[in-house]
Amino acid sequence: MGGIERQTVLPGVKLSCVYTDKFKNGFFSAYLMRALDADDAPKNAMLADVLRRGCMRLPDMESIEAQLDELYGASVSPVMRQLGEATAMGFSSSFADDRYIGGQERILESVLSLTGQLLLDPVTRGGMLSTDYVLSERDNLCDRIRSIINDKRRYAVMRLRELMCADERYGVNPLGTVEKAEKITHLSLTKHYRRVLEHSPLELFYCGGAAPERVERAVLDAFAALPRGEQDSCETEVRIDCGPTRYVTEKMDVTQANLAIGFRMGKIMYNPSYAVLTVFSAVLGGSPVSKLFMNVREKMSLCYSVGSSVDRQKGILTVSAGISPSKYDAALGEIMAQIDSCRRGDITAEELEAAKKYVASALRECSDEAATLDGYWLSRRMDGMDCSPEELAALVETVTAEQVTEAAESIKPDMVYFLSGEEADR
Amino acid sequence: MKAIEYEKLGETLWHGVLENGLNIYVLPKKGFNKKYAFFAANYGGCDRRFQVNGQWTDTPAGIAHYLEHKMFDMPYGSAMNRLTENGASPNAFTSNGITGYLFSCTDGFETNLHTLLEYVSTPYFTDESVAKEQGIIGQEIRMGEDNPSRAVLNNLLKALYSEHPVREQIAGTLESIAQINAETLYTCHKRFYNPANMVLCCSGDIDPMTVEQLAAETVTMPKGELYVRDYGEQEGPLPARVRISREMPVGLPVFMLGSKIEYGNGGREWIKDLLTAQMACDLLMGSSSPLYADMYAKGLINSSFYAGVMDFPLGAAAMAGGLCAAPAEVMARISTEAEQFGIGDKERTRFRRLKKAMLGNFLEELDSPEEMCHIHAERHFDGCLPLEQMDIIDSIEIEDAAAFIARQFSAERLALSVISAPGGEK
Repeated sequence: MGGIERQTVLPGVKLSCVYTDKFKNGFFSAYLMRALDADDAPKNAMLADVLRRGCMRLPDMESIEAQLDELYGASVSPVMRQLGEATAMGFSSSFADDRYIGGQERILESVLSLTGQLLLDPVTRGGMLSTDYVLSERDNLCDRIRSIINDKRRYAVMRLRELMCADERYGVNPLGTVEKAEKITHLSLTKHYRRVLEHSPLELFYCGGAAPERVERAVLDAFAALPRGEQDSCETEVRIDCGPTRYVTEKMDVTQANLAIGFRMGKIMYNPSYAVLTVFSAVLGGSPVSKLFMNVREKMSLCYSVGSSVDRQKGILTVSAGISPSKYDAALGEIMAQIDSCRRGDITAEELEAAKKYVASALRECSDEAATLDGYWLSRRMDGMDCSPEELAALVETVTAEQVTEAAESIKPDMVYFLSGEEADR
Repeated sequence: MKAIEYEKLGETLWHGVLENGLNIYVLPKKGFNKKYAFFAANYGGCDRRFQVNGQWTDTPAGIAHYLEHKMFDMPYGSAMNRLTENGASPNAFTSNGITGYLFSCTDGFETNLHTLLEYVSTPYFTDESVAKEQGIIGQEIRMGEDNPSRAVLNNLLKALYSEHPVREQIAGTLESIAQINAETLYTCHKRFYNPANMVLCCSGDIDPMTVEQLAAETVTMPKGELYVRDYGEQEGPLPARVRISREMPVGLPVFMLGSKIEYGNGGREWIKDLLTAQMACDLLMGSSSPLYADMYAKGLINSSFYAGVMDFPLGAAAMAGGLCAAPAEVMARISTEAEQFGIGDKERTRFRRLKKAMLGNFLEELDSPEEMCHIHAERHFDGCLPLEQMDIIDSIEIEDAAAFIARQFSAERLALSVISAPGGEK
């Protein structure tokens, strides 16, 4: 497998189909693509939730859920993904393949039709979105924003991103702020909804056992009423350089401290290679034999979890670790020492091989999960790379130690963020 | 190996038992790239007191989990590294009832399977290596202490039970793990990592016979005795405490309420009890219920709300939870609704729809090799094949579910656990 059929079915509407008969379920997603923006973020974050509350045919949650149960427990869920400085928002759904429930029903058509109705034909009064639904989802959004602190690691990484990229779109929290969310009304959200529907590229993805022609017909039926105008862009700005490293410590009542370090990928981003960036992150902190895992955790017993991840669209590498508050110097020192060892080319053949196998294997496995494939192809859409997971895995296998060293030499630490309950001994 | 055909589901399950008592299940998945292996012992966080030759032995809380961490140590070095270097993604976890060792890979399955079977069969500990792990597990425990979702569950179980070991955290405490040394680990490995107390489950595009042959060659531990375990005195239906609260930095309060499900006869009947419990939760307060819709519309709950069942050795709990400003009100609504619950035409229609939804949800699990291996291992220890689940669901009557609702969600059976920000709930 791995083959994908991609076509423009309506102006600014691209449909990608992966045909495979190995699954017992179908998967479908519809994403409106928007640029990350401080004013729009809370509106984007709550829009699909408001639309999911009801459409003209099924005007409330109970009738939608009853229909979904009737469709053998199909799901149609609001979903939001971040890709660099772009936000993808819409719905994703998973549903039984007709073949395994008697073969008499046409679940695919019903689910796509429901998705289209939720997106295009919401409950309105006088042309406006329902006040009740908007106010209730606005409250839910504010609660979600306030609850980000519940997950300390995620909170630390989010604060790093906000502070390090304070003057870039990337520094905008995708959920927005409570202050901005509280000002949303059913009028302002309706206006935003109309604009988004008309001016956003729409990405559709299907994976399952239905032939692409059948999917295309169902899509054309479901999305025929989509208004189309000029498309807004949602590109990501890459910042190559940064000044001297900034250090920030914030306090919270926690027993475990969290360290998050943000690096600019540097000049390598002039001509970024997906394969090289990913292998570099895997060598450094992406696997159980990575330098960070082997040294910060296994050798020095400083933490339970430590790792790195790279945003290839934005060109930022993030390293994070949960540590004892008194081990700040030791952990930071060791993380930097491991990056230095990559810079010196101190990468053994075993380390490189393990990292490449790890990344290649994860890519090949991604064809076995429709939701993962969905994210994969959406990312390729954004970085303009048209290659399958299998082809990318083959590219990964050609990465050399010199290329990894070059990536390590290129990166610069921009900010060290520390979330701690006690005064760190600095 | 014998084949068991499930024609309607389009699946063939292979099952075999080695002379030393090891049970093997293989669910082939044609066309999948991912190959998955799961080797589990019927030994988890709750198994701390057991009888050997008439003598009761007590072990410290967290020992099964500590053993899991140290199993990766081999005379040749780290099994984790060996697997990763050969392209596998290895991992392990300890639940209340089992310890599972696993990997996924795309290439080199047989080599990786050999490595897995060999290291789990080979205890190799030194006091030095055991001592070194204290820092790592200590940070894992601290990470859990800062996690409100984990804290709210632990507290609920503490409120429900006065003796059952599920009250204690699976990883133990800093104090309890300080008592663990190489000798205690050797003893527990000998007692519980005995082929007759273990199961091997594999899924992916693999040959069942090869799996069986490799297991027969590699798992050479002798068939051992199965020890009687003690999970405390049988407890009555009422919770030990009605309410338990803790303050932590959270946005919205995190809550979980629940009641004890009494363990009956085990085997297929126990699985029917658990499935009935799940259907009852869905019927009373699942996303398609009038109660859910009403509480959502009133802003009492949001999309984080869930209701379901958690099982562990000789017990289970029916629970509901999420993020919510007024948990006590949610609890009151649920118990009132449960007391008034009657079976009319509407309920019968909903029950019929829920059965369709459960079939669809089960089809979804079938697409995941991981899910299939985990559920086969757990259900093997329970004595019931999971692919028979659909027949069991068919046999559940709405009267069974209604009786469960009336019994389990009456006010006196429920306990409430709440985590809220300093300053208390709103």
